[in-house]
Amino acid sequence: MSTDGPVDAPVAEAAPPPPAAPPKEESDSFLSHFLHNLWAANTVTVTLLSIVLAAFVGAVLIVLSDPAVLDTFSYITARPSDAFSSSWTVVSSAYADLFKGAIVDPATITAWANGSGTWRQVFFPISETLTYAAPLVFTGLSVALAFRGGLFNIGGQGQAIIGTITAGLAGFLLPLPPVIHLIAALAAGALGGMLWGFVPGILKARTGAHEVIVTIMLNYTANLFLSWLILQKGIQQPGRSDAISKTVDSSATLPSFGGELRANLGIVLAVLATAGVAWLLNRSAFGFELRAVGANPPAARTAGMSVAKTYTLLMMTAGGLAGLGGATQVLGTAHALTTQVAGNIGFDGLLVALLGRNRPWGTLAAALLFGALRAGGNRMQSYSGISLELVTVLQALIVIFIAAPALVKTIFHLRAARTARLGASMAKGW
Amino acid sequence: MANDHIDLTVEPGEVHALLGENGAGKSTLMNQLYGLLQPDEGEILVDGEARTFRSPRDAIAAGIGMVHQHFMLVPVFTVAENIALGAEKTRAGFLDRRRARREVLEVSARYGLPVDPDAVVENLPVGAQQRVEIVKALTRDVDLLILDEPTAVLTPQETEELLAVMRGLCDAGKSIVFITHKLKEVKAIADRITVIRRGQTVGTASPDTPEDELAALMVGRAVTLEVSKEHAKPGREVLTISGLCVDDDRGVRAVDGVDLEIRAGEVLGIAGVQGNGQTELVEAVMGLREALTGTIKVDNEDLTGMTTKQILRSGIGYVPEDRSLDGVVKEFSVAENLVLDQYDRPPYGNAFRLNPAAIDAAARERVEQFDIRTSSPASAVSTLSGGNQQKVVVAREMSRPLRLFIAAQPTRGVDVGSIEFIHGRIVHERDVGTAVLVVSSELDEVVALADRIAVMYRGRILAIVPPTTPREELGLLMAGITGPQAVAAPGSAPASDAAPGSDAAPGSDAAPGSGSDEKGTK
Repeated sequence: MSTDGPVDAPVAEAAPPPPAAPPKEESDSFLSHFLHNLWAANTVTVTLLSIVLAAFVGAVLIVLSDPAVLDTFSYITARPSDAFSSSWTVVSSAYADLFKGAIVDPATITAWANGSGTWRQVFFPISETLTYAAPLVFTGLSVALAFRGGLFNIGGQGQAIIGTITAGLAGFLLPLPPVIHLIAALAAGALGGMLWGFVPGILKARTGAHEVIVTIMLNYTANLFLSWLILQKGIQQPGRSDAISKTVDSSATLPSFGGELRANLGIVLAVLATAGVAWLLNRSAFGFELRAVGANPPAARTAGMSVAKTYTLLMMTAGGLAGLGGATQVLGTAHALTTQVAGNIGFDGLLVALLGRNRPWGTLAAALLFGALRAGGNRMQSYSGISLELVTVLQALIVIFIAAPALVKTIFHLRAARTARLGASMAKGW
Repeated sequence: MANDHIDLTVEPGEVHALLGENGAGKSTLMNQLYGLLQPDEGEILVDGEARTFRSPRDAIAAGIGMVHQHFMLVPVFTVAENIALGAEKTRAGFLDRRRARREVLEVSARYGLPVDPDAVVENLPVGAQQRVEIVKALTRDVDLLILDEPTAVLTPQETEELLAVMRGLCDAGKSIVFITHKLKEVKAIADRITVIRRGQTVGTASPDTPEDELAALMVGRAVTLEVSKEHAKPGREVLTISGLCVDDDRGVRAVDGVDLEIRAGEVLGIAGVQGNGQTELVEAVMGLREALTGTIKVDNEDLTGMTTKQILRSGIGYVPEDRSLDGVVKEFSVAENLVLDQYDRPPYGNAFRLNPAAIDAAARERVEQFDIRTSSPASAVSTLSGGNQQKVVVAREMSRPLRLFIAAQPTRGVDVGSIEFIHGRIVHERDVGTAVLVVSSELDEVVALADRIAVMYRGRILAIVPPTTPREELGLLMAGITGPQAVAAPGSAPASDAAPGSDAAPGSDAAPGSGSDEKGTK
């Protein structure tokens, strides 16, 4: 992404320090410096304001989609308070449900305290958020890493699907003892994704075939291969006529908290993967190469790096990450292959990477946000009767505002940060 | 602050040279005049009337035009389309191409600026593209034309042509602001000179001022323009090239049977108009371009077939000619750029991990040692001036033991102070016993640095001559003309090979033209 180097420093300046950090004599100037930067158009501010804006537009949509509330607007001149109070009620209850479904429902805490509820109910929303977030972290990292190396990996979906297939097959076909079986299944998922990333990588390196075209085509291939595969003998669940495979052995599933708490080891692996990718990018020789190749291929070549080798390795690594995302999906939550087992995690990974500005920890945070929106959306649908699609609209709005920082800057009259160059972060790559 | 209370007055019909080092604030000043930047303080008067320019549109309306250092042309459009762009004339809602063509022809005839309105811009040589930019400004009826470092990208012949055009424009009553840091050109063309240093006007001078005085004004201290060096003490043969043939990107033979040898402790300079195979020759030595035939040996070790990384590792330093494309990764920090080809070697790291502490320590040392002006080794290289970016490249390549040092255009787009410094380092490298190859399209640079000069023309070494050879003779050789003296010059075995070929070549009339054709293909 184009703004990496220059943006890093200003963001570090603008981010609030831990309270203890600033030395006393400097704290005054630091505070003013911090306030000064708060309203400057840095990435953090723009991201937060994009979320606020999206929530506002979402509120308008909620009002518009509720016939009862719209009725009150028909006599708004006569009794404006009706329209406003009913709008407020429906919007606030919707967003309250979003929060209760994603983070915590205060009612469950009270229930747990007086003995009528369990601790599991308290942690249920968080558990759901983490469950949805884990695969997105992997696919988001896959896209972000490839992007830092100058490649636009649209193939996260295909790589994740192949990951679910190989991990799933290893999960119910290999007779292995517990821990080893899980490791083998995860490795199979990563290898499957690597293979699916290797193809566009080597084609790009050797022939210059554009990775966007190749990965899009491989997405279709992976998807249709999965549909065919689950109906084959030995794969399809015995006694079922619909498209579902055998169930993954319990020795190969990612351990979860049990009961209604679906959160599993996948989220821990996701955090480890984030740390790994952060290390790879900033501290490893390969990361140095891929950043150099991503920023300026001719200079990398002149400095003796092999651009072709970097592209191939990079696509393999990115594919492996997406494959692991697929593996956590099938080994953690789905436990069997279906045509929809990978859901939309590959494409959502693109948005997550964009939202996270192609930085590892940013991607993790963005995946958590998307997971929270999804988990909260489920509750919003069942309690407030607002369709789950609204959540998708919210996600889309957030991404649109992020992708058009100038819009956010204009709306909020942000000062142009002196050093932070905020470009549309996906503009490069084609 | 890039500009600190600058006063500048330009009279009608004069060439006003704005002289200053890279990063002195020349371009910032002109961007304000052209409406790209708004001044915080002060005012702009046009014909005695205060004006504010919110955009280039306002500036053009006030009669100010600008030709940027990097051309603002659409490569796939024709000349006429490019010139019409931004001020499209329409007839009944349709683009009036015929009128656009006519306008181009009219303006180009009036000011003696030959451009073909139907040529596609990307096919034109750099000099012609620049003429298109000038014609474009002139069709907007400007009275003041700003030329931002117009000669940085031109060959010596194209520069001559441009200076003639500038003269013609002044005679037609236009004023020109000529931004540059090349002293020779300033003296050749300017009516008045304003020198800017660190955002302030430090003086005005007349073109009669001696060069070293102008240089001192620019840099703020006395500068030696001559390179002082001892006589070379050539040692063993280090680089031996024999029978080398290389194709360029389009598959056209660019290097056509070159034999060359460089000894330890000497500087071999390659002179020639750009596009005569120098780039491809150097790239072949570095393993960046495939050698079709011939051998390249360093201390009897064949380099052909080795990867660029292996070649760099074998004790060869390389400063590429296009700094921003091949030399640095602009998004990377100064520290990262200083280890761009050493990042996976101790102490900076190994095949798996980097050692940030060692990289940082080394960067601090180099910044000090090579006088790289940066706020910190962690700032991005893109924030540095051209001269300091070049110092980063030079520092990187010179901070390891070398057997052979190759510098292509080592001081292109570099300010006077940095040129002095870089030349000094190159001579120092020679004195410690490294074989040095310098390729430059600036004849002055080659003459100043080289112990022997090889003149390259159309992929061949035409002659190898001592640096004491008269300029005229070198100029003729660069144009492909080997007179009887040139053939008789010492150590010119390849020249006699090439002589029959050039006898058959067209006469001296056509030679400069064919030289610029080659340029266009680059």
